[in-house]
Amino acid sequence: MNNEAMLHDATHASHHDHGHEHHEQHFITKYIFSQDHKMIAKQFLITGIIWAVIGALMSVFFRLQLGFPDKTFPIMEKFLGEWAKGGKLNPEFYYALVTMHGTILVFFVLTAGLSGTFSNLLIPLQVGARDMASPFMNMLSYWFFFTASVFMFISLFIETGPASGGWTTYPPLSALKEASMGSGLGMDLWLTSMALFVVSSLLGGLNYIATVLNMRTTGMTMTRMPLTIWAFFFTAVLGVLSFPVLLSGFVLLIFDRNFGTSFYLSEIFIGGRALPNVGGSAILYQHLFWFLGHPEVYIIMLPGMGMASEILSNNSRKPIFGYLAMVISLIGITVLAFLVWAHHMFVTGMSPFLGSIFVLLTLLIAVPSAVKVFNWLTTIWKGNLRFTVGMLFALGFVSLFISGGLTGIFLGNSALDIHLHDTYFVVAHFHIVMGVSAFFGMFAGIYHWFPKMFGRFMNNTLGYIHFFITIIGAYLIFWPMHYEGVAGMPRRYYDFSAWQSFNSFQGLNAFISVVTIIVFFAQILFVVNFFVSIFRGKKVTTQNPWSSPTLEWTTPIHPGHGNWDGPIPTVYRWAYDYKDNGEGGDFIAQNVPLKEGEEAH
Amino acid sequence: MSVFILITLVVIVFGIIYQIAKASEYAAVLNGEEKVKQQTNKLMASLLVAFFLLGMYGIVKCHTALMKHMIPESASVEGVGFDSMFTTTLIVTGIVFVITQTLLFWFVYKYQSRPGSKAAFISHNNKLELIWTTIPAIVMAGLVVIGLKNWITITSPAPKDAQIVEVVGKQFNWLIRYPGKDGVLGKRDFRKISDENNVLGLDWNDKDNKDDIISQNGELHIVVNKPVKLIIGSRDVIHDVGLPHFRMKMDAVPGIATTIWFTPRYTTAEMKVKTNNPDFVYEISCDQMCGKGHYSMRGTVIVETQAEHDAWLAKQQSYWDVNNAPATPAADTAAVASTTMNN
Repeated sequence: MNNEAMLHDATHASHHDHGHEHHEQHFITKYIFSQDHKMIAKQFLITGIIWAVIGALMSVFFRLQLGFPDKTFPIMEKFLGEWAKGGKLNPEFYYALVTMHGTILVFFVLTAGLSGTFSNLLIPLQVGARDMASPFMNMLSYWFFFTASVFMFISLFIETGPASGGWTTYPPLSALKEASMGSGLGMDLWLTSMALFVVSSLLGGLNYIATVLNMRTTGMTMTRMPLTIWAFFFTAVLGVLSFPVLLSGFVLLIFDRNFGTSFYLSEIFIGGRALPNVGGSAILYQHLFWFLGHPEVYIIMLPGMGMASEILSNNSRKPIFGYLAMVISLIGITVLAFLVWAHHMFVTGMSPFLGSIFVLLTLLIAVPSAVKVFNWLTTIWKGNLRFTVGMLFALGFVSLFISGGLTGIFLGNSALDIHLHDTYFVVAHFHIVMGVSAFFGMFAGIYHWFPKMFGRFMNNTLGYIHFFITIIGAYLIFWPMHYEGVAGMPRRYYDFSAWQSFNSFQGLNAFISVVTIIVFFAQILFVVNFFVSIFRGKKVTTQNPWSSPTLEWTTPIHPGHGNWDGPIPTVYRWAYDYKDNGEGGDFIAQNVPLKEGEEAH
Repeated sequence: MSVFILITLVVIVFGIIYQIAKASEYAAVLNGEEKVKQQTNKLMASLLVAFFLLGMYGIVKCHTALMKHMIPESASVEGVGFDSMFTTTLIVTGIVFVITQTLLFWFVYKYQSRPGSKAAFISHNNKLELIWTTIPAIVMAGLVVIGLKNWITITSPAPKDAQIVEVVGKQFNWLIRYPGKDGVLGKRDFRKISDENNVLGLDWNDKDNKDDIISQNGELHIVVNKPVKLIIGSRDVIHDVGLPHFRMKMDAVPGIATTIWFTPRYTTAEMKVKTNNPDFVYEISCDQMCGKGHYSMRGTVIVETQAEHDAWLAKQQSYWDVNNAPATPAADTAAVASTTMNN
């Protein structure tokens, strides 16, 4: 459908909604099989939150084991039954928990829950479209994600437990039932779920790209788009180009598991017998996996970057510094994201020469990242800073992105990686930079756009408490882990007490576990705040509560399907016109025509 | 039942916190929202700065508290480069860390909104962009050069006189094979593996195997100041030979032989003195998740003098001799079995 037809159609629909006939939408089409991008965004967000609580609770369980390996916690038996008999986690299930924690947080929360929510919510609202290019595909995208979630959820309850080979599920461990309990039915469910997830991501991503390219309102040139949209656009591009490669990797794994092929298997003796497979390469899977796996990191980071840019600028009452540089650095990151995957594989025995190329490309990616940080700093420089909860999280995002980004410089350099690889240094690095930092971007977005989603505000006091506990907790948990990593402490260990080189960190591990539990409850506070505020939060009374120039705030407080009651606004200026409007205001909305003699930015 | 009580309790506690927070919002309305907004803004700016200052203090505290748990300096010649490169990178990133975080929180305090304050309209500055693109690029180039120099050293072919040892991972321990007197590791075939009498699947038709020594207790004996080349393999899933004290690490991949080499600098005995720990032992950790026993896949490295090593070696029996009984029939059965499976 071309843009005009689409617009016409949507306008028509909107008239229909708000006309005199007052067709009440059925509950099912309004809340369940909704094609309204705003409702789909909420579906993604709420599903994401539920998964986040499950994933975080898992981390509490395995932190209890890591912090207090010689104690028992009968409460765990209540939750986990046989898997924690007598309150002591079974090693097999410890690995299942670690695997599920990673899978859930990386894919279900920080991919679907993050870009699923905000790309859906903000792309049509900020580019001035009635809905996505294909609302139906958009609906399918959510329901594929939902089905993927169901499969993953079921796998938690089966007798042999969920997949337990790490979130990267390297074969042969994940390919052979004899290698671990989780490599049986649990792994089949994992692969099914992830295949459905890839379909969901592709349906979503193609839609986001099409919407950004084709559905912009009159006057909304690409360079007038807010940085959020640029970020979501490149996120979708990354996903569309890399998820199919992951799927191909999974398909080969499914073949190896079920149909006797030898793509990844070679010369294996397991379960008391030699397997017939020869000629495969276990490393091939790692190439296919990380060809998605690394762009995936940026799929997680870019939305946070975009939203932090927007929120920092808005609450500094100052244009984003170096808009064009910000866009160019996004392009740089997107292109380089495809060329660095093998830095996850420096110690697999790959060609050292190839390794050097990947060192060069990996450290190159630090340049656009640095440019972004400097631009954020200069954005708040000479601003008029307003510390809303969203702003605090955006500032926290920058702080954490710096801390986590810098440790990437260690790991990207193969000669350092050879010692730090697969130690707690890696755990600390990626949790700060793509775990907590991305979460901070997400929280910033939720607090900032909650009024647009639900017409109410979240409670500020709780928000501030949530922010400070989380940022202090995050640093307390992950900062000391760098030291453990430098000492060579390997990740994914169930118990360190037998290891002379690592057991001196026992006290620290206990400390980290205690902080984890506190931070977990701070997140529950957020969840409570979120759900209660949907129904009881302070009502939004003005159309544009944050005095923002972008288009989403020109819609009614409770926008219907179609977003604008009248015609879609025309855009005359860029998204960051934070200047005197001549009437005492400190910004000019994008839909305000240029004054006489005024030059567009 | 107790779970329900617990959940109810949690719900009640959160309910109370929420009500208090909500009340504080109502109080704000009563006190005049603008005024409260300004006070909150000021409070948040101060809290953020307090967070920054306490954080910096915490970093120093954390450093002093944890440094005593760190592993000693590199025990291999090749790892010395790691140590110095790590320090260089730490200094570079440390400087950037302090500057950027300080700017962030300084700006937060300095430019907090105050009654009557206004933001400046500054949208871009190409010269600045150029500067802060170029400087990181140059710094990165420097780090890449140091990195690649070390990388080439580590990954270059092992010296010809290097001792050769094979390390094979299996769920969940390490098998170590020494070439014996002939200095050559014989051929092995995974189809000939038997847990009873041929753990590595040595091909007994290859006479090079007859004097090979296999140690199944996970002890790797190597000689101080003599390069050692590890030929690494795996019997089942991917493992990883992690040698934290030597700053070395290499995956053990089924079907693919990988190698690393290094030169130990201190004997185990010397390390006991150096670390003031009479029980000191070099450990081999498995650094690639390999299943439920991953965390227990521990090996040890015994670094000794040439004389000690020779004495130790003289006491070892070759694997062939250990399994005095002819192993050929077993190997044949395995081969037949695999042929059947292929059909």
